[in-house]
Amino acid sequence: MLRSRIIPCLLIQNKGLVKTVNFKDPKYVGDPINAVKIFNEKEVDELMVLDIDATRENRGPNLEMIKNLADECRMPFCYGGGITTVEQAVKIISLGAEKVALSYSALNNISLCQEIGVIIGNQSVVVVIDVKKKKLFGGYDIYTHNGTKKSNWKLNDLISKLEEIGIGEIVINSIDNDGLMQGYDLPLVEAIREKCSMPITVIGGAGSIQHIKDLISKFKTIGAAAGSLFVFKGKYKAVLISYPNREERKPIY
Amino acid sequence: MIGIIDYGSGNVQAIATIYKNLNINYQVITKPENLGKADKLILPGVGAFDATMQQLIDSGLKDKLNELVLGKKVPILGICVGLQVMGYKSDEGDLLGLGWIPGKVSRFDETKIKFKPKLPHMGWNTINDVQNHKLFEGIDNDFGFYFVHSFYFECEKEENILATSNYGGEFTSSIYANHIFGTQFHPEKSHGNGVQLFKNFADLKLC
Repeated sequence: MLRSRIIPCLLIQNKGLVKTVNFKDPKYVGDPINAVKIFNEKEVDELMVLDIDATRENRGPNLEMIKNLADECRMPFCYGGGITTVEQAVKIISLGAEKVALSYSALNNISLCQEIGVIIGNQSVVVVIDVKKKKLFGGYDIYTHNGTKKSNWKLNDLISKLEEIGIGEIVINSIDNDGLMQGYDLPLVEAIREKCSMPITVIGGAGSIQHIKDLISKFKTIGAAAGSLFVFKGKYKAVLISYPNREERKPIY
Repeated sequence: MIGIIDYGSGNVQAIATIYKNLNINYQVITKPENLGKADKLILPGVGAFDATMQQLIDSGLKDKLNELVLGKKVPILGICVGLQVMGYKSDEGDLLGLGWIPGKVSRFDETKIKFKPKLPHMGWNTINDVQNHKLFEGIDNDFGFYFVHSFYFECEKEENILATSNYGGEFTSSIYANHIFGTQFHPEKSHGNGVQLFKNFADLKLC
C-alpha cells in the first residue's frame, strides 16, 4: 500500500540552512550537507530543499550545491528555488534530484510546467504555492518571492489549471502558520483536496508528530512536510535534527 | 565491474555513491565504446519515455546495448524509465522501445484509483517479490521502495514478473528475463532496501 510521506523541508539562505517564522526572521540552523547525512541515517521518506533567496535575488539555482546535496541523498530529493528555464530543470534532474519545484516562474508562465514535463516527465514537476489568509473576506491570496509579492492568481483557478495540465504534485505552504508549530491549516488542505486529484504536500505549522498524524488520518495519502519540527527541540528551540524512526513511523502512516 | 550508464538521465551519482560505500567496483560510463568493459550494467532513468529513447539513440548507446545485452548476455538492471524502455512501446510516447522483454508501458487507469491523490503514483509502496528471486534477498518488503511514475510495465508473460505492488489494483513493479532486470521503483532513493538490492545485483551469479 502507498504510504503518506513525512518530509523534512530545508530552507537555504547564503548556502546555510535557515528556519523562518511567517517567512521572516531566518535563524541559522546548520550546514545542509550535514543535515542530509543525518536524514539519510534516519531514513526519511523524502527531502525538500528550497533556496528561498534565488527568485528574490533574481538568480538561478546554485547547481554546485544541488549536485553536492543530490550525491549525498539516499532518499528522494525535490529542489526548488530560482528555476526559470527548461534547461535548468533538466540539469537539476540530471544532477540527481527526483523533482523540481517551481513557484513564481510557473505562476508567471504556466506553460513552463508543460515544457519541463515533456522532458523530465510530468510526475517530476512540482509547483509550490505560498498562501496567506485574506485579511477581511476569507479565502487566500497567493504570494511569490519568499512572501513579498502578491500574485494575481486566484487559488481555485490556479489549482484547476495545474490539474488540467497535469503536474506531479502541489506543495501548499501556509505563510500564516510557518514556524509557529501550532498545527497545519486543515480547512485550507480540505478545500484544495476537493478541487483536485493530484498529490498534495502540506507545509506550514507542524509542531508535533500529533499534527502530522492529524493530517494523515484526515487525508489518508498525503505529504506532510515540516521545517521547525525536524530541526528544533524544546521550547527554546535548540537546534537538533530529529525524525521518527521506522518503528515510530508505523502508527503514523 | 558494474557499469552505470550516464546518458544525461538523473541519479547516476546516487548509484555510484552506493557502490562506492559498498566497496564494489563500478564505473560511470558515457561512451558506447566503453560499455563492453563492464561485467554488469545499470540503466538509470528519470524522465519521459521518448526523451529517454531519443537520448539512447542519439548517443549510440542503443545499438551497443542491444549488442551487449542480447548478443553477449551482459546482465543489466533498468530503473524507472530505464525499465520502461525495455518494452516494445509506451502510451507516453511515439518512439519504439528496446523490446527486450515482451510487454508495453501503459498509463494507470485513473477510474480504478478510488481515492485521492490519483496520479502520479508517488511515494513509498510495499512490494511482493513473487519469484522469491535472489535480487530481493534480505529486503524488507513492507518498508518497500520509493516510486514516482504514472506509467507501468504490462508484461505479456507472467514469467517475466519479478515483483508486484498495489495501486488501484496490482501492477508489475519489477521485471526480469534471465539476465535482464528492471525496477519501476528507485532503489537508489530507497535507503537500506535499495542498497541491499544494488548489492544483490552485484552478487548475482547468472549463467
